[in-house]
Amino acid sequence: MTIPVLTVQLPSINVQLAEYSELFTLISACLYTLAFILFTVDTARSSATIRRVEAELAAEQSSSRERVGAAAGTASSGAAASEASASPATSGSGTGAPGAADRPEGTSAGSAAAEPELVDADMAYLGTRRPFANVAIALTAVGAAGHAFAVVARGLAASRWPLGNMYEFLVGAALVVTVVYLAALLRRDLRFLGIFVLGLVVTMMVAATIGFPTPVGHVQPALQSPWIAIHVSLAVLAISLFTLTFAMNVLQLVQSRREKALESAGGEGRFERTVARWQFMRLVPQAFSLESWAYRLNAVAFVFWTVGPLITGAIWAQQSWGRYWGWDPKEVWTFVIWVVYAGYLHARATRGWTGNRAAWLSIIGFGCIIINYAVVNVFFPGLHSYAGLPE
Amino acid sequence: MSTEPSAHRDNAREDALHAAQGTGSSASDADAREPRQAAVPALGFAGMLRWAWTQLTSMRTALMLLLLLAVAAVPGSVFPQRVQDSFAVQAWIDDNPTLGPVLDALQMFDVYSSVWFSAIYLLLFISLIGCIIPRARKHWQQMRSAPPRTPRRLERLPEYGAVELNHPDGEDAAESSRPGPTPEQALEDAARILRKRRYRVETRPQRNEAGEVTSGSVGAEKGYLKEVGNILFHVSLVGVLIFVALGAMFSYRGQKIIVEDEGFVNALVAYDNFYPGTWFSEDQLEPFMIRLDGFERAFDRELVDGEPGPHYGQALDFAADVTVQEGPGDEPEQRQLRVNHPLSLGGANVYLPGNGYAPVVTVRDGEGEVAFSGPVITRPDDGTYSSMMVLKVPDAQPEQLGFVGLFLPTAHDTGDGMAVSVDPELHNPQLHLNSYYGDLGLDDGTPQNVYVLETEDLEVLNSRETDAGGIVLSPGDTQELPNGLGSIEFEGVQDYIAIDITYNPGETAVLICALTATAGLVTSLFTRRRRAWVTVERTDAGRTLVRYGLLSRGEDFSLREENIALRSEFEKAWPVRAPEENTES
Ligand code: HEM
Repeated sequence: MTIPVLTVQLPSINVQLAEYSELFTLISACLYTLAFILFTVDTARSSATIRRVEAELAAEQSSSRERVGAAAGTASSGAAASEASASPATSGSGTGAPGAADRPEGTSAGSAAAEPELVDADMAYLGTRRPFANVAIALTAVGAAGHAFAVVARGLAASRWPLGNMYEFLVGAALVVTVVYLAALLRRDLRFLGIFVLGLVVTMMVAATIGFPTPVGHVQPALQSPWIAIHVSLAVLAISLFTLTFAMNVLQLVQSRREKALESAGGEGRFERTVARWQFMRLVPQAFSLESWAYRLNAVAFVFWTVGPLITGAIWAQQSWGRYWGWDPKEVWTFVIWVVYAGYLHARATRGWTGNRAAWLSIIGFGCIIINYAVVNVFFPGLHSYAGLPE
Repeated sequence: MSTEPSAHRDNAREDALHAAQGTGSSASDADAREPRQAAVPALGFAGMLRWAWTQLTSMRTALMLLLLLAVAAVPGSVFPQRVQDSFAVQAWIDDNPTLGPVLDALQMFDVYSSVWFSAIYLLLFISLIGCIIPRARKHWQQMRSAPPRTPRRLERLPEYGAVELNHPDGEDAAESSRPGPTPEQALEDAARILRKRRYRVETRPQRNEAGEVTSGSVGAEKGYLKEVGNILFHVSLVGVLIFVALGAMFSYRGQKIIVEDEGFVNALVAYDNFYPGTWFSEDQLEPFMIRLDGFERAFDRELVDGEPGPHYGQALDFAADVTVQEGPGDEPEQRQLRVNHPLSLGGANVYLPGNGYAPVVTVRDGEGEVAFSGPVITRPDDGTYSSMMVLKVPDAQPEQLGFVGLFLPTAHDTGDGMAVSVDPELHNPQLHLNSYYGDLGLDDGTPQNVYVLETEDLEVLNSRETDAGGIVLSPGDTQELPNGLGSIEFEGVQDYIAIDITYNPGETAVLICALTATAGLVTSLFTRRRRAWVTVERTDAGRTLVRYGLLSRGEDFSLREENIALRSEFEKAWPVRAPEENTES
């Protein structure tokens, strides 16, 4: 006595669209690779860029002197600025006075007398021409458009949310990283991050297309839930922000070594002295401003991670598996990542832990994310084992 | 401000606040960078306790415990855990006879209920409570007391500005269209502007002997919600922990396999596996009933250019048609049970984690009697439902019989005598079995896994190695066993479903706490707590000079924007003299 009880008939796959999706994924991956190469050239040519910036600055200097002096009476006092620069151990971070302590006009009098600041602490555009970087950004934007089409087309081809397996997850995350980076570029001069962001994006695209190639298809019953859209999308958003902050925190550590070396005029270790000579680092904002921007993004990403993987994950697990939390390997790592970033937020408020130590926690957090996706998905069996891996 | 004890000895933000405001004790300035090494005081037992409590509730300890918690959680993803799969744990221990027992003693297979993991999170939560209570008390006081006193030197604050206004008597009227306010008026205006920007405000006028206001200041603060959010977040975490624990204690979880046309009544004896919480009592089980009427599987049948597509045969949907009865007196109802769509019955939820095929077989023994007849649960091993089958027939005479092998829904001969299943649906169902006789070891009462047949002490009857060969049956076929020990008949195939029944009364409360935690987190992270002070004084020239300073507690990346906004409000309210004339700038 078998009654036909199936109510859901899944629509068939649009093969044509699926092929376009794959084609555009490849095209965008190629464009990103080109952009990455151009960013690398831009980085390698940073001394030329710096010479140009210095010339521009010199030309501007004379005319802008008075303007700075008359800065509408809101100029921060010299006292505050010198106090901030007297605490290099914490890179001035977490002092509750981020706004004023680090403005170019405040510091130009102090440590940076030998080398004028080339970048703004707020990462505003200063009108510096960097042709290679600019072409790279244009290529990235074109690539992102094709990439977005590829992701949407894949979703339409299968009539579902296009984040159902490892391939789609990587491609989707790469898209969000790129879009977040491009959106941030509209407001801030983040060209110094380009080589890192594009490097990561290219890695993700290569991992997706070569490591986990998966043809378009329907997903297994457990994944047919509206929660996938919220749960996985928030995870992707959080991860792309954590990716950006990872790059910024790494740069911050390098930059603060460099600042220390410059301050003590070469009395530091070998690494510091080498870093001090890296011209590229002069195009990177100060450690302090990298730190506070990384914090702002990390705070947003932490909320996404809390709501996404953690809370909606638990709700979905309750609906699908009958328990909201079961310490499946994926759940363990979601928890570990959350706790590490909670530790990061704490550290920034703990005396002795602000600045570079906190940055290490952010970097470790990103390491855990890599483990969660690269290692757990592939090697640890669990209920989350539907990464669509070839058997 | 400075007299209040800080709720946190090592909160870097409070250090920064005090430093900027010039109210910090010299101690907090001195070791703002170096973590304070608290020396163990020789104060006797009570002193020791107080010292330990202070250490435990410090931010640094909380941070260490958090990081420790992260590290301690990791082994649970490396080693199999009993909460998930106790068979896997046993297999791991059997495979690693030296390391296994050691790790087991270290509770590496029960990480999340282990002594050490519990110790870490309990300490963390004690620290958390010891942290919230003084913090909440302090914040409660701050919310009800006046904004902090005006610092002596506003220009030391991170954001500072000053405006000089036109002379109140119109002495500057030639330069500008209107006269400036008196100090008293300016003070009132400043308070009004700050109030409009949603600050909580206190005006502090200074009067001369005549009672006129000659100077004064306004103290203002806003963003008290930031701290409220922070406290709500941490309290909610405690709530999550409490309800997770309570829920687990009163919960139960059980598993049952139901074959087509079979029913299940929610009672302890009916379960195949049952995992009660510590405080579970049997009368928590509501006697609802479920019966499996039919089961349908849907698989991907996508063809690409007439050929099976890349996901051909992948499962797309499972749906069980069931009849349920909430209680003995209730009407039976037709319902559908699907993945992601649990049924809610008597407070418990019913899920569909698995399904499979149950071939119906009849075994006759050497004396011609029916020793077994009915569906046998097989365990699907892969996407094509190649399923492991084990059948023990202890009632067979003169010898007990055992069968081990595979059920293949769509059997396909690979040519070398091995058959595999090439599709999950029943296109060519076949049984491929070996048979054994001897003592099955069931009579001495030791519990056995029904899905495993220990064949070491048995004699082989049928297998590919014996003359008789293996047993291969299609529906309707019967095969005689060698030596006249009986026969086996494959009658047909039924579907079965595995259901999970879970009951956890803490779920809703955990969810609510998680959501309030999120609300608190968002409020805490994205609200700005700001202090503003405005001082008003009369210059030697008789004009009114207004200075203002801003300070934030914690992160504030837009304090400068606040400065600019305040300034433009001031310029709207008052005739401000041009900056180059401004002697204070
Ligand atoms: C279950 C453990 C804990 C977790 C997951 C946790 C998480 C967090 C997070 C994410 C924040 C940043 C967001 C916010 O400002 O609200 C925070 C802030 C804070 N936590 Fe915790 N926390 C825990 C335990 C504790 C403990 C034990 C203490 C006390 C020692 C504490 C004291 C604080 C303080 C003072 C802040 C605010 C820092 C500031 O901005 O001044 N937390 N916590």
